[in-house]
Amino acid sequence: MSAWRAVLIAAALTLAVAGIVRGEEPPPEFADPVLAARYEALTRELRCLVCQNQTIADSHATLASDLRREVREQLERGASDDEIIEFMTARYGDYVLYRPPLDATTLLLWAGPFLLLGLALAVWWRVVRGRAVTDAGGDQR
Amino acid sequence: MKWSALAPLLALLLLAAALWSGLGRDPTFVPSPLIGRPAPQFDLPTLADPTQRITSADLRGEVTLVNVWGTWCGGCRQEHAVLLGLARDGVRIVGIDWKDDAAAARDWLRQLGDPYAMVAFDADGRVAIDWGVYGAPETFVVDRNGMVRDKHVGPLTAEVVATRIVPLLAALQKESVR
Repeated sequence: MSAWRAVLIAAALTLAVAGIVRGEEPPPEFADPVLAARYEALTRELRCLVCQNQTIADSHATLASDLRREVREQLERGASDDEIIEFMTARYGDYVLYRPPLDATTLLLWAGPFLLLGLALAVWWRVVRGRAVTDAGGDQR
Repeated sequence: MKWSALAPLLALLLLAAALWSGLGRDPTFVPSPLIGRPAPQFDLPTLADPTQRITSADLRGEVTLVNVWGTWCGGCRQEHAVLLGLARDGVRIVGIDWKDDAAAARDWLRQLGDPYAMVAFDADGRVAIDWGVYGAPETFVVDRNGMVRDKHVGPLTAEVVATRIVPLLAALQKESVR
């Protein structure tokens, strides 16, 4: 066996083992590219509940894989994106969404940053104006 | 002193209170939208005999704990003695064996003891998804009308049972069947 062949076989084995170790499943094949794009988008919107900083598209957790299967099968059955999101939130709550909907309980979450920005601007304005008044007062001495 | 001089202190206290209240919270806890709603429908083979079925109708009529477990789950081994204790006290526990090896699961019950009135075998994890399960063990309290009334995530401990499960079971026993 030539040295080159040995190197090639070793490289192929390494790649194969790496694939097994990472537990990668083959990406689902959709005949329809539109379905494939919707699958891609949906799995990036949904949070993996076991490893909460990953989407179900990124996660190798078993549950994420089960949820991907669910998304795939529902897409193939002709479910709309909204129906699939509704299916997930009925079971896991808004928590499963990376972008929670705007409602009474999440109002503070969505409005909070703007409120804080407004507060900071108000404080900044008062400080600056206060300084201007003091300076003006100094001139009149 | 002007009142507005106190504003930064007030803001600091508010922030401290908000952060303090967050300290005791478990960031991985996911509240279940199922509480107060009918238990999800299911129809699964039993672990003991794959030719027998167990369905959500089996949850009606009696207050039941639904415990999701698997032999691959460390926390399940940890809580097993607590489940055995509850079963001894007459609590009806229905198991959902989640994505497990049936032979290993039957061995587990033979060796550690069987606290379950019956066990549903959820081989592909679809029923677990319907129940919003994200990590075993999880335990649901289902009332006599088949409504989910509470959910505990993680191993049941003697403390959780004494402070939360037992009082709730006692209250639910007093409720009438609709």
